[in-house]
Amino acid sequence: MPPRVGVVVNPIAGLGGRVGLKGTDGVEVVARALALGAVPRAGARMAEALAALRARRRDVAIVSGDDAHDPVGGTNAADTIVAARVLAEAGVDLLLFAGGDGTARDILTAVGDRVPVLGVPAGVKMHSAVFAASPRAAADLAAAFFAGDAALAELEVMDLDEEAYRAGRVSARLYGFVRGPYRRDLVQGVKVGGVAGETAALDGLAAEVASRLGPGTPAILGPGTTMRAVAEALGAAKTLLGVDLVRDGRVIAVDAAEADLLRALATAEDARLIVAPIGGQGHILGRGNQQVSSEVIRRVGLDRLIVAATPAKLASLHHQALRVDTGDSGLDRALAGYRRVVTGRGAEAVCRVVA
Amino acid sequence: MTAPRNGFHAARWNEPLIQDLSEPGARGLLPGAVEPAIRAGAGDALARVPAHVRRAAPPALPEVTQHRVVRHFTRLAQMTMGFDVTTDMMGTCTMKYSPKVHEHIVRAARLADVHPGQDPETLQGVLAILYRFNRMMCAIAGMDEFTFQPASGAQGIYTNACLIRAYHAARGELGRRDEIITTAFSHPADAATPHVAGFKVITLMPGPQGYPELAALEAAVSPRTAGLMLTNPEDTGQYNPAIRAFVERVHAVGGLCAYDQANGNPLLGIARAGDAGFDLCQFNLHKTFSAPHGAIGLGCAAVGVKEPLRRFLPRPVVTLDGTRYGLDDDRPDAIERIRAFLGNVPTVVKAYAWVMSLGTEGLRAVAETAVLNNNYLLANIRRIKGVAIPWPENTAPKLEQVRYSWEPLHNDTGVTTMEIEQRMVDYGVQHYMPSHVPVLVPQPFTIEPGESLTIEEMDHMIATLRAIAAEAYEEPEVVHHAPHHASVARVDDGIANDPATWAFTHRALAKKRAAWSKPRSAAAKRHAGY
Repeated sequence: MPPRVGVVVNPIAGLGGRVGLKGTDGVEVVARALALGAVPRAGARMAEALAALRARRRDVAIVSGDDAHDPVGGTNAADTIVAARVLAEAGVDLLLFAGGDGTARDILTAVGDRVPVLGVPAGVKMHSAVFAASPRAAADLAAAFFAGDAALAELEVMDLDEEAYRAGRVSARLYGFVRGPYRRDLVQGVKVGGVAGETAALDGLAAEVASRLGPGTPAILGPGTTMRAVAEALGAAKTLLGVDLVRDGRVIAVDAAEADLLRALATAEDARLIVAPIGGQGHILGRGNQQVSSEVIRRVGLDRLIVAATPAKLASLHHQALRVDTGDSGLDRALAGYRRVVTGRGAEAVCRVVA
Repeated sequence: MTAPRNGFHAARWNEPLIQDLSEPGARGLLPGAVEPAIRAGAGDALARVPAHVRRAAPPALPEVTQHRVVRHFTRLAQMTMGFDVTTDMMGTCTMKYSPKVHEHIVRAARLADVHPGQDPETLQGVLAILYRFNRMMCAIAGMDEFTFQPASGAQGIYTNACLIRAYHAARGELGRRDEIITTAFSHPADAATPHVAGFKVITLMPGPQGYPELAALEAAVSPRTAGLMLTNPEDTGQYNPAIRAFVERVHAVGGLCAYDQANGNPLLGIARAGDAGFDLCQFNLHKTFSAPHGAIGLGCAAVGVKEPLRRFLPRPVVTLDGTRYGLDDDRPDAIERIRAFLGNVPTVVKAYAWVMSLGTEGLRAVAETAVLNNNYLLANIRRIKGVAIPWPENTAPKLEQVRYSWEPLHNDTGVTTMEIEQRMVDYGVQHYMPSHVPVLVPQPFTIEPGESLTIEEMDHMIATLRAIAAEAYEEPEVVHHAPHHASVARVDDGIANDPATWAFTHRALAKKRAAWSKPRSAAAKRHAGY
């Protein structure tokens, strides 16, 4: 059966960036951007992606709503959510959307992990791992997915607080995970029957990390799929988005806030902090896990921090350094440099960390 | 400007397996009946074959006429894009012209018909070559003794790991030295084989110049360090100029340093592993020393060690007592044998012949020409639209190969490096090497010209890449759906990589076919229409 692609375009995505604004959230920003001469481009980016996809897969069926909003007329997040839900219910094989991090959040709200999602980059900010590098790269990835050359992975949806960003402060949050295609050939031949490559890699990594925690050692586990695997290896069930505290196979603080962590650390001197890089940006601390504040990190101690990432995750960073942004420049400097990262059973990588 | 080769089309024969051509009674030729006197004189020839090596039943060879056999293999050869019909610049493989006369030498009866089980007294000529070539390799690498037993690069690297293990075990330190350090752009066997040998492995990721900084090593070394195993230049073609400091740092904590010289072509006659302080090293004779590799050649990794590691080399070691060559099997400290007997001796003989024909100056000319060729390609390929050179801030010349990136082209056009690789076949060029895994450079391709190509061949390669890049921008469909003129269009990698769906022998194939006829697995279902 021909693959069916559902298409959602956020027509106002990217307007702010073209005129020097740091995002396009809010009606006033759209009006200001348009007044400054911004031209909508998300539609054209999606058209480019779809034409490129058609060049590869002539049989692909494109499904979209019949909505044609006037950007000035004030389209908003609700339109994205409604459109995505309608397409998900129509049973599309892949939901292709054009927008930025804000749009990705709306898609997350609308469909969660019910339908595979892929982002055509058209926004001002694109920190979420769900975006391809370009419209044509998105087409390539979609075609690979339909050909069975790409697997589905849980991909981070990140977004900045735009108010803070325009005021010059960066504050990124991890909003959740969608399921999106991801190329497996970064680490192994594609479609190797019977070898569950990334799952096996994650299991080995989790076992290695678990083996380093002695009895009674409390461990603060950051968010994400890597830490979920570590928790499973420890016999605990953790939240995907939250920071959890685990000891002896039991979760002793679920979705902990900074205050919870500090309280727990007041009585635990040998705690470990275990984190994984977030998204495609490579942040290990300060983005997506702000609960792990600089004070929490200092209380645990830098020598008791364990960073873990599968070889595929490191490869997806394309030789960029890991990043820290704790808001405490002294701590960031202390964290920077070269650090061992657990990558599997009996395997580590030495990665550069930059502030 | 050189034009790419247009109008090429590969032969395409729908050729069955030779076993499937078998017809009972078909023969190539029928020998005449043996005269009764000869038959009587010879007696029962089979009875002279020892019972334990005698077949219970004749082999199930296909029965095919001579002309059909010749056509079968000629057709397969026509569909094969080998070095004898077109250029190959496959990076990390050091493909080079291998003198045909070497094949003649090793197929001659005086080598082909000897057996390693013979008394060494009857193998003096072969042992003399092995002994002499061992001394030559020691001079080339700055080592004290070599073994030629490993039959592939990975086996050679595994041998390095086993030697490091044996050294620490002999000192009673193995229990507390369990970490091997390697680098992300070394051959993956430098990470994989120490794991097999029981070590933990720490991989240094590249720094801003594309190779690891000393500070990265600093974060990895400790009293647990058993050794350092790496290539230099790495697969990116970039030479780590701080290599001596790396070696000294690892020595300072009591570790050994093993130099994987799979990328050793640019070092011949210029730099020696021993002089840089390495304790052991390995060369691939089937790459750097011209012996063919892949389907037409036997691999051989030459592993060399300095004096303190000599006693750990696998048995037997070829000795010379002044006049006669012998085999030393009495080696109590030796690691387990990596391969039976002396390894792939024909490959050693080819490498010996190659070194003898070049001499010291010739080896240096090999390295210099390979580096010059590579930088000629680099200067031209970097100007092709859509190509990026990773770590642009590193402006030092590359050595024997370059890992390029099609990332700009992929973002502009959606065309991938694998599609370009397929499209090259339409221009009558063999594929390139994209990258070892993990893939750290996006949309990678790795090209190594070696020393034996002409400038016309390199210009043709450049023109081909330029033409395909232009196609990607102007009519990407042509590249997406390539190849169009090849013997076989796309091979399903999944089938080629899945042990359930390939077979190396006809007997294994028969078993798997039987399994496929009873669909159970996804692999079986893919083959339902076989």
